[in-house]
Amino acid sequence: MIAEIGHYALILALLASLAQAFFGLLGAARNRDSWIATVRPAVTVQFLMSSLALAVLIVAFVQNDFSVEYVAANSNSALPVAYRIAAVWGAHEGSLLLWAWILVAWTFAVAALSKTLPAGFAARVLGVLGLVSLGFHAFTLFTSNPFLRLDPAAPDGRDLNPLLQDPALAAHPPMLYAGYVGFAVAFAFACAAMLEGRLDQTWARWTRPWTTVAWAFLSIGIALGSWWAYYELGWGGYWFWDPVENASFMPWLVGTALIHSLAVTEKRGLFKSWTLLLAILAFSLSLLGTFLVRSGVLVSVHSFAADPTRGMFILAFLVIVIGGALTLYAWRAPLLRSEAGFEFTARESFLLFNNILLVVAAGAVLAGTMAPLIADALGLGTLSVGRQYFDPVFLLPTLPLLALAAVGIHSSWKKGRLGERRKAVLLSLVVGVLVALVLVLGAWQGAMLLTPIGFALGVWLMLSALVDPIDRWRRGLSLSRGVVGMAIAHAALGMFVISITAVESYTRERDLALAVGETGQVGEFEYRLRDLRTVEGPNYDALRGEIVVYENGREIGLLHPEKRNYWVQRQVMTEAGIDMQLTRDIFAALGEDLGAGRWSVRAQVRPLINYVWLAAFLMALGGVIAATDRRYRPESAG
Amino acid sequence: MTPRQRRITLVVGILAGVSLAGVLALNAFRDNVMFFFDPSQVAAGEAPIEKRFRLGGMVRPGTVDRRAGSLDMSFVVTDFKQDVKVVYTGVVPDLFRENQGVVAHGRLGKDGIFVADEILAKHDENYMPPEVARAVKEKHGGVMPVNPDSAAPPRT
Repeated sequence: MIAEIGHYALILALLASLAQAFFGLLGAARNRDSWIATVRPAVTVQFLMSSLALAVLIVAFVQNDFSVEYVAANSNSALPVAYRIAAVWGAHEGSLLLWAWILVAWTFAVAALSKTLPAGFAARVLGVLGLVSLGFHAFTLFTSNPFLRLDPAAPDGRDLNPLLQDPALAAHPPMLYAGYVGFAVAFAFACAAMLEGRLDQTWARWTRPWTTVAWAFLSIGIALGSWWAYYELGWGGYWFWDPVENASFMPWLVGTALIHSLAVTEKRGLFKSWTLLLAILAFSLSLLGTFLVRSGVLVSVHSFAADPTRGMFILAFLVIVIGGALTLYAWRAPLLRSEAGFEFTARESFLLFNNILLVVAAGAVLAGTMAPLIADALGLGTLSVGRQYFDPVFLLPTLPLLALAAVGIHSSWKKGRLGERRKAVLLSLVVGVLVALVLVLGAWQGAMLLTPIGFALGVWLMLSALVDPIDRWRRGLSLSRGVVGMAIAHAALGMFVISITAVESYTRERDLALAVGETGQVGEFEYRLRDLRTVEGPNYDALRGEIVVYENGREIGLLHPEKRNYWVQRQVMTEAGIDMQLTRDIFAALGEDLGAGRWSVRAQVRPLINYVWLAAFLMALGGVIAATDRRYRPESAG
Repeated sequence: MTPRQRRITLVVGILAGVSLAGVLALNAFRDNVMFFFDPSQVAAGEAPIEKRFRLGGMVRPGTVDRRAGSLDMSFVVTDFKQDVKVVYTGVVPDLFRENQGVVAHGRLGKDGIFVADEILAKHDENYMPPEVARAVKEKHGGVMPVNPDSAAPPRT
């Protein structure tokens, strides 16, 4: 019975979104106050129904209701309760339901916090969001209904894929969706502005915090996914240019461009049509990402079920949303001309180049991600694009971007003067170069051409970003959250660059063949397999190795890699042994039995790798702090 | 410079930069794209010699050969029409086994032996990389153990 309640709730949510879209868009167009007045109640109804649907599915999972096909396929009575809840979004149907719910939750938040907005404008924003959620509810109901029954009911479930039984991965989809879907809010604001034919600085001030928070969620989502791939899949790195990774990275790049472009639009009333275009692009790429991941067209290391109906539905939805928005843009954007000018070295220029470089980088990633699909469709053969392509074409625009950022954050609006900050910027550059030289020539051997460049840029950016808040603090000036957030995010970017430079330059890795008691050499490190025994977990048994790692004869780490055998899915899983240290990760994963008592062992030592993810979280934190600045709060909004 | 000239300079500069990026990207693309070949294409001489590509097919049963206690191994990739011998040194994925789909990255030597530097097998017992499934299906009349519903883990 309970699954049917969820099903009905989903249908009601769909109807409510229809009402929300209809009354919101037409009510504003025809200026009917009574229609506009129904929009917020429609949002509330949609939110309640969507929440009910999600809650029902969660209950079905918690209660092990294996008469529901989706539960039977993705859970098991032996699965811990926390993972039963996470299993709700462990596969396609449930993750769509979650996606739609997050969209509705964003909409609900917009409805609640937009009371100070002009009624017609707010109605249009909510109307556009209603259209988007209408699409997602319809998609869930007609192609991917998680509430379908299984008759007869399964005695037990097929279990959640063991790879997904992990805390970081349980949190990864909700974060990522919150980011994707958050760009829908910026998209709706953009569409509403175009419909009104009016876009002023107040508009940018409304849009900015929503976009920044969405961007922060997306950053965290991507970082969690990357972290999971590192320690759970045992990929042994932070980024692989896998199509599914790229699908989430492209909206991030364009979203980053958008939050910078919005700054110009808010402060100076410039870049208006460009900002609109970026808002459309960011959400379009989020939808494209969904299409790529969900339609199964990608040949990915973790590819998904191919289902032509679903693919076609998302493709059609994509065409409607992007096509519609771009048509609106072509028609309306010329109305929104910017008037003011600026000097070539003013902050506006820096942000303009920031935008160009970020969009070029996103374009290069898009080209590499889509090329295999296009070549396949045109019958040009099956090809794949790897890091040999992505690394250079991504670094080319982003390396200059870092230097621009280090200088640009101190530039002033309109007039191109660095003023008293010139000294501080130069000083941080000198420190950056010195640190890079010391690191490359001194402690760490094995540098490449990009190593000193990466260190210098990273340190420069990190110090330069901190100059402003430290200077203000020393002079007893007020520190707004905007200033602090921006400093944290940019310093975190510097930290990110330093850590990936270290990982790329100084990783030591080797596959070893070890018997108990044997030792293998990995760069300057020694791995000794001390013990190998069988252990038992809650729903698996495992072979557990004990590996001691030495550096110059001194013991520096103790690792316990496991080879697990999950009973229900009869799946063998590699659980890497990782010793996280302040300056490095020591890693070992068990391969297979090589015979003669030996096992293959994947051995890696990666310096500073955890700072890659820490930096991503700090960037997100900076975004959240900036988004809660006083000037965005309704009472101070002008 | 007048504002007009300045704007033109800016636009020209941006266009030049973007086109330069485009040219470089195309170059990187041409040099670094990896093509996929199946054993029949390799046998027909379609695959390049001494240039990296992806070889895909099934691991032929009874061909996985490993010197005991060593990381050196060899196996035969087949599409049930033609075979290619692959040599590899290192750890193979959990799901690498006989009669399962596999994709190897590496170079084909003049002796017709494929020297792999990376072996991929998907994270599911029933799953086969789509390109492998297609390659094998075309040769084998479509009796493949492909179960698309249980493909690898979602990671959106």
